Amino acid sequence: MSITMSEQTINAPASQARATQNEPRLAIKNLDFYYGANQALKSISLDLPDCKVTGMIGPSGCGKSTLLRVLNRMYDLYPGQRAEGEVLMDGYNILDKGTDINALRARIGMVFQKPTPFPMSIADNIRFGVKLHERLSKADMDQRVEWALTKAALWDEVKDRLNTSAIGLSGGQQQRLCIARTIATRPEVILLDEPTSALDPISTLKVEELIDELKRDFTIAIITHNMQQAARCADQVAFFYLGEMVEVGTATQIFTAPRQKRTQDYVTGRFG
Amino acid sequence: MNVTHSGTASGFPLRDQGVALRLSRRRRAVSRLIEALCVLATLAGLFLLGSILFTLVSNGIGGMNWTVFTRITAPSGDGGGLLNAIVGTIIQAGLGTLLGTPVGLLVGTYLSEYGRDSKLGEAVRFVSDILLSAPSILIGLFVYRLMVEPAGGYSGWAGVVALAVIVVPIVVRTTEDMLRLVPISLREAAVALGAPRWKAITQICYRAARDGIVTGILLAIARVAGETAPLLFTSLGNLNWSLDMTQPMSSLPVTIYSYASSPFDDWVQLAWVGALLITAGVLALNILARVVLRKRS
Amino acid sequence: MNDGAEHIVKSYEHELAKLRDLVTQMGGLVESQVALATDAVVNGDGAAATRAVEQDPAVDAIEREAEQFVIRLLALRQPVASDLRQIVATLKITGDLERIGDYAANVAKRSIVLNQFALPFTLSGLGHMSRLVQENLKLVIDAIDLRSPEKAVQVWRADQAVDDLYNALFRELITYMMEDPRNITPCTHLLFVAKNMERIGDHATNIAEVTYYAITGEVLPEGRPKGDNSAYAIVRPKEQ
Repeated sequence: MSITMSEQTINAPASQARATQNEPRLAIKNLDFYYGANQALKSISLDLPDCKVTGMIGPSGCGKSTLLRVLNRMYDLYPGQRAEGEVLMDGYNILDKGTDINALRARIGMVFQKPTPFPMSIADNIRFGVKLHERLSKADMDQRVEWALTKAALWDEVKDRLNTSAIGLSGGQQQRLCIARTIATRPEVILLDEPTSALDPISTLKVEELIDELKRDFTIAIITHNMQQAARCADQVAFFYLGEMVEVGTATQIFTAPRQKRTQDYVTGRFG
Repeated sequence: MNVTHSGTASGFPLRDQGVALRLSRRRRAVSRLIEALCVLATLAGLFLLGSILFTLVSNGIGGMNWTVFTRITAPSGDGGGLLNAIVGTIIQAGLGTLLGTPVGLLVGTYLSEYGRDSKLGEAVRFVSDILLSAPSILIGLFVYRLMVEPAGGYSGWAGVVALAVIVVPIVVRTTEDMLRLVPISLREAAVALGAPRWKAITQICYRAARDGIVTGILLAIARVAGETAPLLFTSLGNLNWSLDMTQPMSSLPVTIYSYASSPFDDWVQLAWVGALLITAGVLALNILARVVLRKRS
Repeated sequence: MNDGAEHIVKSYEHELAKLRDLVTQMGGLVESQVALATDAVVNGDGAAATRAVEQDPAVDAIEREAEQFVIRLLALRQPVASDLRQIVATLKITGDLERIGDYAANVAKRSIVLNQFALPFTLSGLGHMSRLVQENLKLVIDAIDLRSPEKAVQVWRADQAVDDLYNALFRELITYMMEDPRNITPCTHLLFVAKNMERIGDHATNIAEVTYYAITGEVLPEGRPKGDNSAYAIVRPKEQ
């Protein structure tokens, strides 16, 4: 695997790259974001601690999705959108012009609200992402496919039909396939944008269980409109409102004794 | 209270059963009427289509025999066939599609993926749409001025180019429409895995839009296989056997055109056969493509 | 606890209000029960004693109602933050109030026995202590009603004085018993009365702590001023 980000090689295994265990995997510092003339994020500073789940809550349009899309530079797809400030990963500002964006996205994976299986077989869905960054022998690739599907708790359900179309899977399975596809490129950070909002409660619980498993190896940021989900999954929770980060704290603190009145009003349902 | 009135003193609509029933009876009547009109229109369309096919088959089937496929066109009474016209049409329509499709695909991709809101994109889309609805004889004239006049003679190549010009806007339109139907989220998902934009388009979007794009190409083939006007000015038609692309070339539509209006019964009969062949060919192409697509997905 | 901001879901708001009403109602009932019991002991009022005992089932009924209500709210509303704190606090507060009611009933029952004795001493110390406990109880119920963390802290601090009075009373009653064995029966009852009053004070303090947490989200420090030293009043434990 040879992924380079600007000058420095950043493909060292995640565990090696982590100089100190307490250093955040991603450190967001004074981040401003604009849609044209519209400022969508105002001076956000937030650390994503290593191997922890950071939950992001807030009303629609508060900027949490925008923030997530800054972290893997998804906004680059759309002209007129720009970010100012710093997002540090291993001391390197990923917002810099010289960043190899495709390599960055291999390190910071993203899963979307609606399941987005590619119109190809289950195995090919996994292979697609891996092939972008690595050249593997067939045996290694098969192994990677199994590894990713197992990690995503999907292997047992699909191992007998790896070569059938992914479109035929149920919604919950499709979403776990998308997660498998994302972890197959072995990222360090996984961004989840409302990953269960289109799923039934049981599928939702399976994905939540999966998140709990994944945080052993990955740093995770998850956006959710489901307060209980944030409470269940997240180690730290950040509340966003009108493009600002109002408060960040442990899930326990946010859901038992939030410091800010706006947080309190939001989590208890007294908004508006 | 007077139950025949539909209002009360407060001006509020009265929910009285008589009115509600009468209303619903009227609504049901209107609904039935519309339904009947729809069925009628469908039947009319089917009838027309059926009668065309019927006329085609009943007139064409009689003249269908091996000589049609084995012999070339000949003077009336000599028992000529359509071999040169069939081969000419296959060559010209085939090459025209091969030439026009890549261009159409690329332009459609540009319009959907890169130039969606740009000025250039809008201009290209506008021109393409005009080309789509332009009379095909204009395209024939255009290629005549472009190729036939400078070369000093009609040629198969000129016919191919004329047909390609017709193929392009059809493929552009269907490609753009089909690519636009691919959800943004699928593109973002591919890009989020670290795929460069072109890989996301060629490996994900094309695959997702494949059925629609193939259908569009088939439509284009069907359209050019039956085109007469542009070929009149370009490949002209050839009564002899010729595979030389620099020489005039025969084709089914042009042959049908000239035979159908001739005073000879055997020629008219061959024109019907030719028409039937084109129709059957296009139909077979469609069915084949559908079967293949279904098998693959 | 939300500075007047209303829930988007009105019925939830109504339910929280109903829960507060239950606590207030129960608080008032228990307060009067303690007042009646005090009256019964200090002034020998037999009728007050009966009423104090008779009120107990009503208090228990409210406690059960509140408990069911809280379970329902937890299951159906999944409360968080201030709502969660208020609802859990209610569960604990009603539990404490129920215990206070039990102690008051017990004091009232003992007063009926005590009335049969002619006491050769005044009950001024007990009267003083009971007044202080009643004041604390009233203050803590006000703290709940008015959502006043200041009042809660006041109650939390004031318990020291109750404990001091209890220690003094303990020694005093021991002395009476040593003077004349005939005092043993009434004094033992009085010891229990005093202990019950002291326990009521403790429960009032618990309520104050819970109320403070419900309002502010912060926990009062561990080291509450505690002063029940009666265990060591006469004989000190041997140094190990």
